[in-house]
Amino acid sequence: MLDVSGLECVRGDRRLFKDICFSLRPGALLQVHGPNGSGKTSLLRMLCGLVAPAHGDIQWQGSSIRAMGEEYFRAVTYLGHLPAVKDDLSALENLLISAELSGIQLSEEKAIVALRRMGLGGREMLPAKVLSQGQRRRVALARLLVAGTTLWILDEPLTALDSAAVQLMQTIMEEHLRKGGMVILTTHQELSVPGVTTQRLELAP
Amino acid sequence: MGHGRRIAYFDGIRWVTGLGNINWFKYASPVTFYGLAGRMIPWFSAAAAVLAVAGIYIGFFVAPTDFQQGEAYRIIFIHVPASWMSMFIYVVMAVWAGFGLVLNTRLSSMMASALAPTGAMFAFIALWTGALWGRPMWGAYWVWDARLTSELILLFLYIGFMALQAAIDDPRRADRAGAVIALVGVVNVPIIYFSVLWWNTLHQGSSISVTKAPAMAHIMLTGMLVMAIAAWMYTIAVVLVRVRCIILERERHSAWVADLVKEAK
Amino acid sequence: MSDAGMFAILRCAIRRDLVLAMRRRADVLTTLFFFVIVVSLFPLGVGPEVNLLRSMGPGVVWVAALLASMLSLGRLFSGDHRDGTLEQMLLTPQPLPLLVFGKVVAHWLSSGVPLVFMAPVLGMQFGLSQDAVLVLMATLLLGTPVLSMIGAIGAALTLGLRGGGVLVSLLVLPLYIPVLIFGAGAVEASASGLGAQAHMSLLGAFLVASLLLAPWATAAALRISME
Repeated sequence: MLDVSGLECVRGDRRLFKDICFSLRPGALLQVHGPNGSGKTSLLRMLCGLVAPAHGDIQWQGSSIRAMGEEYFRAVTYLGHLPAVKDDLSALENLLISAELSGIQLSEEKAIVALRRMGLGGREMLPAKVLSQGQRRRVALARLLVAGTTLWILDEPLTALDSAAVQLMQTIMEEHLRKGGMVILTTHQELSVPGVTTQRLELAP
Repeated sequence: MGHGRRIAYFDGIRWVTGLGNINWFKYASPVTFYGLAGRMIPWFSAAAAVLAVAGIYIGFFVAPTDFQQGEAYRIIFIHVPASWMSMFIYVVMAVWAGFGLVLNTRLSSMMASALAPTGAMFAFIALWTGALWGRPMWGAYWVWDARLTSELILLFLYIGFMALQAAIDDPRRADRAGAVIALVGVVNVPIIYFSVLWWNTLHQGSSISVTKAPAMAHIMLTGMLVMAIAAWMYTIAVVLVRVRCIILERERHSAWVADLVKEAK
Repeated sequence: MSDAGMFAILRCAIRRDLVLAMRRRADVLTTLFFFVIVVSLFPLGVGPEVNLLRSMGPGVVWVAALLASMLSLGRLFSGDHRDGTLEQMLLTPQPLPLLVFGKVVAHWLSSGVPLVFMAPVLGMQFGLSQDAVLVLMATLLLGTPVLSMIGAIGAALTLGLRGGGVLVSLLVLPLYIPVLIFGAGAVEASASGLGAQAHMSLLGAFLVASLLLAPWATAAALRISME
């Protein structure tokens, strides 16, 4: 359902990668590997539609994402390096507002359930500035639970997470993939999501 | 449209572009444009020089002494063309930048960036010559008349554009951000001009205005036109030189530039 | 997307930024105090002669409003840019101009509206008549949203750049000049008995034009800056 052909990225003067091609079908997990500076983040941002590629095409369900515009965003959730959590809002407020801005109907109960699942029970009402880095990332990851999107694009989602949280993420991803979702992620850690064929993409410098 | 009409349409385009026997789209690539520009520069420089000499001759020697303003008025032969060019160049710059933004062509954006300093220079010249004219005429270097004030604001718009592009490292972002500010500016220039005009006529009862020049003798207008065209030729020549530098800078990692450097050695 | 849905998103965007501004009241108040201080500097600079101050008053208040508005632009997008929420806004299925519109409205409510309410106090410092103060408040009410809307374009273009604050001023102040001319001019026109209708209608026209066009330009500028 996601088809990428001939993707090329030029940042400033350097060409980071060219001729990237792959396809993702429902239930597929793609891990992007490469040393620092090989363009992993740029590739992910291109796949979200934030950055236009120098060459190549990205197609979602047969239509180019450029042409689809905002419709494509309905199907994608992107988590970047920054957890996208406002320090002055509580974890619950962060989740509710980000859902509302995305047009998702989210009740307070469901939001609390999601936060509890991510291990933030009892801390939902605290302003995010008192949460640790790992806890802030958990708030960001809680958005995946409530977003209801098909394609997850995650840039190093396991940063700052302890081993219990890493396990939790693997479980969550497995559930998502089993329901027909897709995941693209970069990570320096080795992931093992049971029962899923993992595609690998190597970006050489 | 029907198949037959579509073919006719494209045949028409081919005919028109073939008219000059030049495939214009070939020159949208920086590599080929570099060569073309290099060949054009001497012609435009020569034209500028010839026309400037002619214009100055007309302005300073042929045109009669003005009844009211004496010899000092002759500075309008520099002031008015400079002022026209500064406004004309801003519009052209915005158009090129707009093309670069919408069509994603690199060369268009490079042309816009190359035009800005020349436009700013003409605005600066217009301001200085306007002030120098004001002194013998009205006793003050700066009288806040509508034309000079909007010229000043135009200079600020140019400087803003150049400052924005200078502050952004990534060339693609610099081109596109510059295009946005240039387009916003070009939409605002008429608004600014009319606001300043309103402000000026309200505050200064009698219009002490640089625009209220006495009825132009035919020869004076000719002189100004000749100087204006000279300025236009000069602009084209200078912009071509500048855009060649920008091309070299942007493409410095590519093979054809490396070849050029080798040849030069 | 239905109109009701659009309106709900807009309300959410405005509410979000207002809540954030309320929790960081200091930022909002410093803009206001800057406005007051700048205005108070002028009598100190030109002397307390009443007639001089009365004729300068509207212009000075307006220039100070321009400067205050421009200073406050810094916090329009930079906070969201720094913690990654701005990136997420670019990825929502909502039209970005709508979200931008909401942010700018909230910014105006927290930065522009207080200026309108300070005008009577400052008018008093300059010896303006009650009528003049009312006209001044009306022009500020019409003009400060335009300043926020146009300023947002500059803020979006200079996102994350060094020398940000000064660069935004350079880009945005020339565009503010028509608003300044008609805003201050309206007060003077009404004081001299000519009537400020023409000025107010023009300010109104600027307002409508900027409400319709500026969010699109700002959204385009945001996408360019976030590439």
